[in-house]
Amino acid sequence: MNGFLSASSYFGILVSLIAYLIAVWIRKKFGYAFLNPLLVAIIITVAAVLLLNVDYEVYNSSARYLSFLLTPATVCLAVPLYEQFDKLKENAAAILAGIFSGVLTSIASIFAMSKLFGFTKEEFVTFLPKSITTAIGMSVAEELGGYVSIAVAAIIVTGVLGNIICEAILKLFKIEDPIAKGAAIGTASHAIGTSKAIEIGEVEGAISSLSIVVAGIMTVLLSAVFAGLY
Amino acid sequence: MKYLKQFTLILGICFAGEALHHILPLPIPASIYGIFILFALLYFKVLKLSDVKETSAFLIAIMPAMFIPAAVGLINVYDVLKANLLPYLIVTIVSTVLVMAVSGLMTQFLLRKGAKR
Repeated sequence: MNGFLSASSYFGILVSLIAYLIAVWIRKKFGYAFLNPLLVAIIITVAAVLLLNVDYEVYNSSARYLSFLLTPATVCLAVPLYEQFDKLKENAAAILAGIFSGVLTSIASIFAMSKLFGFTKEEFVTFLPKSITTAIGMSVAEELGGYVSIAVAAIIVTGVLGNIICEAILKLFKIEDPIAKGAAIGTASHAIGTSKAIEIGEVEGAISSLSIVVAGIMTVLLSAVFAGLY
Repeated sequence: MKYLKQFTLILGICFAGEALHHILPLPIPASIYGIFILFALLYFKVLKLSDVKETSAFLIAIMPAMFIPAAVGLINVYDVLKANLLPYLIVTIVSTVLVMAVSGLMTQFLLRKGAKR
């Protein structure tokens, strides 16, 4: 089986897309919020890859074309940003301060918990960029001497988690303003969270997109400072 | 032709972002430069919204599915994570919830304060 599948140019991408369609269908059919399409799709795909005994490399030889589209899709986030620019400009101070408070919270909470669990400095800096977009986060972890593969794992888990729990968290803390929702989702869970924010609403999606950029840059600057303090 | 033109434009911007990433010594990826470039082109009316609208709406709509391969890739690093899985998960979950709550509440507080004045 692995022989045929490893020669297939379509297996990985097809399995991923079918898994996503099934996940969306399950969500529609049963309606529970915890049946997050992205999470369910990941579980189905992992199960298929393990059950069919396919190596990740084989799976990814075609699934990578899906990952390839991430850069063009991220670039396209400029469109909602442009469409909502008036709203953004009007509230720029509140948005920037909100994102900044989130970035500080991220660094401070990771600092405190790293001390609590007795992490090494290498482990601490590995988690510092966990809330920012993968490409920036990887280079931050690398630059500061962290473990890049663990940093990527933490970033992806953070994003998927944000995508899953954002609606419940926003409700719990009574964050009702669309601008505040967008800032919360984008600052905490980068592009993977943002893909959920876009589904929630146009303003949420645009502000979440902006937060990826702003939180990313703020984290690059502040991480270098805080890494020295550990 | 419309879709081909839009897709070509978007890939061209990705390429320009890559070039900037190559030239400038900053840890900023091509995609982030690309956001700035496309935004600037729209803002300064070099491009119209209709030059990218349908293709960008399509790419953004299918974006969640693009994260599946990277997430499936976590099965490869599981061996490295296993030993410290619990503290790693606690740090990740707790800080994500805190960041979301603080940035959302702070933004909302400042917006409402601004609106009252």
